[in-house]
Amino acid sequence: MQPLIISAFTLTNCLGRGLNATSAALREQRSGLRHCDFPGTELDTYIGRIDGIENEPVSGRLSDYDCRNNRLARIGLEQDGFVQAVESARRRYGPERIAVILGTSTSGILETESAYRRRNPETGALPPDFRYRQTQNTFSVGDFTRRYLDLQGPASVVSTACSSSSKVFASAARLIQTGLCDAAVVGGVDSLCFTTLYGFTALELVSSTPCRPADADRNGISIGEAAGFALLEKPERGTGDIALLGYGESTDAYHMSSPHPDGLGAAEAMNKAMQRAGIDPGAIDYINLHGTATKANDAAEDKAVSGIFGAAVPCSSIKGWTGHTLGAAGIVNVIVGCLSIRENFVPRSLNTERVDPEIASWIATEELRRPVRTVLCNAFGFGGNNASLVLGKRS
Amino acid sequence: MIRVFVEGVGMIGPGLSSWKESREILAGRQAYAGGELPRLLASRLPAAERRRSTAVTRLAIDVAEQALPPDVNAGDIATVFTSSGGEVEIIHRIFEELATVERQISPTQFHNSVHNAASGYWSIATGSRQASTSLSCFDDSFAMGLLETAGQAFVEDTKVLLVAYDFPPLDPILRARPLLAPFAVSLLLASERSEHSLGELTIGLDTANAGDIGHMDDAGLEALRAGNPAARSLPLLAALARSEPAELSYGQARVGLKPCA
Repeated sequence: MQPLIISAFTLTNCLGRGLNATSAALREQRSGLRHCDFPGTELDTYIGRIDGIENEPVSGRLSDYDCRNNRLARIGLEQDGFVQAVESARRRYGPERIAVILGTSTSGILETESAYRRRNPETGALPPDFRYRQTQNTFSVGDFTRRYLDLQGPASVVSTACSSSSKVFASAARLIQTGLCDAAVVGGVDSLCFTTLYGFTALELVSSTPCRPADADRNGISIGEAAGFALLEKPERGTGDIALLGYGESTDAYHMSSPHPDGLGAAEAMNKAMQRAGIDPGAIDYINLHGTATKANDAAEDKAVSGIFGAAVPCSSIKGWTGHTLGAAGIVNVIVGCLSIRENFVPRSLNTERVDPEIASWIATEELRRPVRTVLCNAFGFGGNNASLVLGKRS
Repeated sequence: MIRVFVEGVGMIGPGLSSWKESREILAGRQAYAGGELPRLLASRLPAAERRRSTAVTRLAIDVAEQALPPDVNAGDIATVFTSSGGEVEIIHRIFEELATVERQISPTQFHNSVHNAASGYWSIATGSRQASTSLSCFDDSFAMGLLETAGQAFVEDTKVLLVAYDFPPLDPILRARPLLAPFAVSLLLASERSEHSLGELTIGLDTANAGDIGHMDDAGLEALRAGNPAARSLPLLAALARSEPAELSYGQARVGLKPCA
C-alpha cells in the first residue's frame, strides 16, 4: 500500500497527559497503575486511571456531550498541539476532505450506569438529564470529536472491542485510497466504567496485582483508560518522519472471549500487515505486543509471534505501564511505536520478573537502546478480532 | 468515486422475512401489511453458540446469510457490520445488574455485550478468518457502513459483505432512543461484475450535507425507514427491487444505482 504520513500524534493515559508524560515515565521506569480507587467500586485490582477527569466537564457549545469518555477525548485532543495540526490540515484540504474515524469499546456508558441507579421508583424512567445520543451511543466520541475539530468529512466509530483503535488505521487508509478524502483523524478513546471493571472480573480475567505480561506467574489484566489521536496524510502533502506502512486484519473463527490457542488469527493479521508494507519479518526492529497478561492471550500471541519471528526480534507489552486500555489499546501501541522510532529504543515489558519458560519470543525485560526503524503493533479483541499495523521511518 | 457491484441482498423486518419474498412489496407492487419479525434461527451457528447468542446477533446472522449466492463461500468474504445500538438487550440487563448491590454480571452476558458480538458469532458460524469490522454511526450507520464496505471492495479489489442491523432498545432507554421496530439489511458488494450482479453502485462525497433524500411511498415502509437506522437502506432496496436507476443522498454521500440488465 501507499504509506501514509503520521503528521501529528498525541497520547494521554495514566502516565500523564501528552507524549512527554509517557516518554518520561518510560525513561524513569514508572508505572501508572494504582490500586483500584475508581469512585463507587470495591474491587481488589489495579487500574490505570487518569487524574482530574472528574473535575473537567465538557462545557460551552458541546456541553451536551459531557461524559467521562468525551471529557477524556477533549483532554487528549488538547495535548501536543494536535488541535493546531488539524486546524492547519483543515486549511490545506478543506474541512469536508478530512475524515474522523475513532475506536471505543464502551463510549460514555458510565453515564447510563449512573442513570440506572437514579431511575424513577414509580415509572422506572431514567432521569430527565440522561442524554443517550451524546453519551451512551457508541458513535458519541466520533460525533464529539468531529464537532470539536470543526471537521465535515465522513465520521465513524469502530467498535471491535480491544482491536478498535488499530482497525481505524485500516479504514482510514482505504478511505484515503478511494480518493474521497485527503486526510483522516484517527485514534481511540476508552474510559473506566463499571461494565468493564465488573465484566472482566466476572470472566476472572482481572489480576489482583499490577499486570505482569509474559511472566510465568501472570494472572490477568489491569484495566486502564486512554485517549490517543493521529493525523494521517498522503506522503506528497504531509510532513513528518513516521509513516503507516501496512495494516492486517483477521478474525479467529474460534471463541467469543478466548483467542485461538495457536494464535492463527493473530499470525494472519501480522503477515497481512507485513505483506501490505512490502517487508519481510527480518525488517521488523520491535514488536509492540497486545500482551494483556492473561494466561491464554499471552500464550496464543507468543505462538503466533515466535512462529513468524522466532526469538530474533525484541518484543514487549506496554500494559504493565498503562494497563489494558481496551478500545484505546490499539492507539496506545501505535503512539508508543512512534516514540520508539523517534527516540530509538525498545521499552521494557514492565512487571515481567520471570519470563514464562513456555514463551519462545524475545521478551525485552530491560529497555534496549538501539536503532528502531520499523515497528509491528498488535491489538486483539473479543469476538476473535485481530489487527496488526506496521509503522516505519519515512523513506 | 467508488464503483462496485451488488452481488446479493438480504433483508429482515416486521412482516418482511427475506429479500426474495419481500421484493414485490419493496417494488410497490404489493401492499405492506406489517406484521411480526420472522423467527430468527441462526441455524449456521453451532448449537452451544446459538443458545448463548442474542436476538440481535441472530438477526444479523440470518440477514447476512441471505446475501450470499450459493456459489460464494462465506469463509472467503470480509465483512462490515454496522449498527447504531448493537447489543441493546444485553446492555440493558448489565445496567440493571450493575444498579444492584451484588453487581453480578454473568461472563457470557459480558462477552455478548461487545458491539462486535454479531461479527464474532458470524466468524464462528462460517469459520471465516477474513477481516471483519463493526461500526456505529448513530442514524448514519447504514450509509457509513455502505461507504466502508464499498471502499474496501473497491480498494482491495474483492468481495465484501455489509450487514446493517438495529433492534429498538429496551425500556427505559427506549424512551431516549425511540426506534420503531427491528430491521436488518445485507449487501454483498464486489469490485467486478458477475452473473449475479443486480446493479452497479457509485458512491461519492459532496461538500454539502443534503440530509437523507429518498423516501418510501408506502406509509408503513416510510415509518420503518424513519424508525430504524438500518432501514434507511429501504429506498436503495426499493430501487433494486424495481430494477430502476436511482440517485440517493445520505448526508454528504451521493449513491447512484444503475441496474444490471
